[in-house]
Amino acid sequence: MVKKVFTANRSVAEAVKLAKPQVVPVYPITPQTTISEYLAQFVADGDLKAEYIRVESEHSAISAAVGASGAGVRVFSATSSQGLALMHEILFAAAGMRSPIVLVDANRSLSAPLSIWNDQQDTISERDSGWLQIYAENAQEALDSVLIAYRVAEDRDVLLPCMVCIDGYFLTHTVEPLDVPSQEEVDQFLPPYKPYVFLDPENPMSIGTFTDPEYYMEARYAIEAAMERSKGVIAKANKEFAEIFGREYDFVEPYRCDDAEIIIVAMGSVCGTIKDVIDSLRDEGEKVGLLKLRVFRPFPTKELKEILEKASKVAVLDKNISFGMGGVLYNDIKVKTNADVYGFIAGLGGRDITPEYVREIVAKTKNPTHEVEWIGLKKEEV
Amino acid sequence: MEISDQEFLAPGHRGCAGCGATVGVRLALKALGKNTVAVSATGCLEVITTPYPETAWDIPWIHVAFENAAAVASGVERALKSQGKDAQVVAFAGDGGTADIGLQALSGAMERGHNIIYICYDNEAYMNTGVQRSGATPYGASTTTSPPGKESFGEDKPKKNIPMIMAAHGVPYVATASIAYPEDFMKKVQKARETDGPAYIHLHQPCTTGWGYDPSKTIEMGRLAVETGSWILYEIEEGEFRVTYRPLQRKAVDEYLMAQKRFKHLTDEERERIQKNVDALCTELKI
Repeated sequence: MVKKVFTANRSVAEAVKLAKPQVVPVYPITPQTTISEYLAQFVADGDLKAEYIRVESEHSAISAAVGASGAGVRVFSATSSQGLALMHEILFAAAGMRSPIVLVDANRSLSAPLSIWNDQQDTISERDSGWLQIYAENAQEALDSVLIAYRVAEDRDVLLPCMVCIDGYFLTHTVEPLDVPSQEEVDQFLPPYKPYVFLDPENPMSIGTFTDPEYYMEARYAIEAAMERSKGVIAKANKEFAEIFGREYDFVEPYRCDDAEIIIVAMGSVCGTIKDVIDSLRDEGEKVGLLKLRVFRPFPTKELKEILEKASKVAVLDKNISFGMGGVLYNDIKVKTNADVYGFIAGLGGRDITPEYVREIVAKTKNPTHEVEWIGLKKEEV
Repeated sequence: MEISDQEFLAPGHRGCAGCGATVGVRLALKALGKNTVAVSATGCLEVITTPYPETAWDIPWIHVAFENAAAVASGVERALKSQGKDAQVVAFAGDGGTADIGLQALSGAMERGHNIIYICYDNEAYMNTGVQRSGATPYGASTTTSPPGKESFGEDKPKKNIPMIMAAHGVPYVATASIAYPEDFMKKVQKARETDGPAYIHLHQPCTTGWGYDPSKTIEMGRLAVETGSWILYEIEEGEFRVTYRPLQRKAVDEYLMAQKRFKHLTDEERERIQKNVDALCTELKI
């Protein structure tokens, strides 16, 4: 282990180097770009022994990733926003073909209007693709999540691709101190990849076949079942991760939730700001807490129910919008828990979520007038 | 030429009687042998050969989507390379999956220089979905989306020239072929295999369903295309262009056109225009 000061993009690249994928097809896109650059340099310097494919689009990046995974090797790719949207079709194929690819998405808003700044609409919009999704709060979590992602995705009980989501700029371009594990530690946690079904002339298999109504539903149900099984695999991976690296992760991370009357639920980098505001509000005598959601797919219903149903009110902060419905996380929590839930849309297209906005969310949750509110919206500009 | 009696594409697939695509794949795999990994684009070939839980492929095979066969092949090739395996990667995609929706992925893969063979099985329209026009549909052909009518004589654009677009990429081996000339085709597949880097073969392949002729006449139709100069067999090796087959006596294009339902609507004038275009190209190439 070494202490370093890195951006999350650099920390992701370090994690990839330690995970030793054999094929890395990537296409640069803001704000993911430096991941593709660091990896190219690692390969150029011989520090990462991987086939780096300079594909001509994100569609081909994920297509090459599925091909390489099908040929039996560990694969990494990374993208953002429009790039993830361009991958959309093949994301579903990757999950359906049970390719344990790990992909990092630098969360960025979707066009139009064109914006390079952060929100989480891009990955949230892929929630039904069959990929596992982990959201990181900081650069350390980004690095650690990539290692955990491989461990879980490649487990025979799972065999699903995993997306690690890191907020554009807030994480991708912000330097933070972090621990970079040693190769020995990582090798102990993440054994070399042993493919289950792969393209081998000695034992020919057909992968990605055509299916009629006789079998399609079963193939989709198999993904559902694997997603459910992944919960146990994630829990086990988290436990072993803590044993080896000394850092503990869970599906959710409660912050001062024990006696909280109001709990805010959020994902990603904004949780740092919310924790600060909660400390101030606690000093002022307000019983508020934060429940950080780390694993969005599989959806940790049990953990959410356990904590949220103790609070009198729950505020869900969504950096995404399902038009006419409010945020996606808000809807998921409303459906899956019996908590009194209010939704807040904030931070779209890089709009800052300031401590004042967090206080506004708490105030509006105390005395709700709407089920869903937009925070920080300049109404005069609409 | 000795042709192996080993089969890597099993009979009993769900192709139409007289399917030209499977003839092409069967010949290509005979030329390539066992140590081959195939990639398919979505299309006729994929659908007819792999209805789960059956497969006609006796070599490893992968399909992901319609427009990405070349990109998938890139990933497969690099993954095999990273494991020190020397299996030949071959991609099969139709003319739609090549000339239209798959052109970007193909361009990228060819420009990057992957050691793959890409075979476009060209039946000159989207046959899997019921004969819609593609960029490779020839001038004058009737398809369900380029039908003749009061305001239309059928397809009004010439066939997109994909082999030449591949040659412009600097692909070290580019060839055209026809399933009706198996030795010529298989020799080209072998050359493609020996090529260091990417190889592209554009395989002309009559389609009984889409072209409208008797299923027993698939090979005959392929031969007519070449014997009339409507389809020219050539190769471009390291930039060197060479015609690989010259008909002894070029037949009239009418013989080819009139044998197919898709050209039946053409007037004498329109067929003459097609003959003129064929003559111009053949004269240039001394065919």
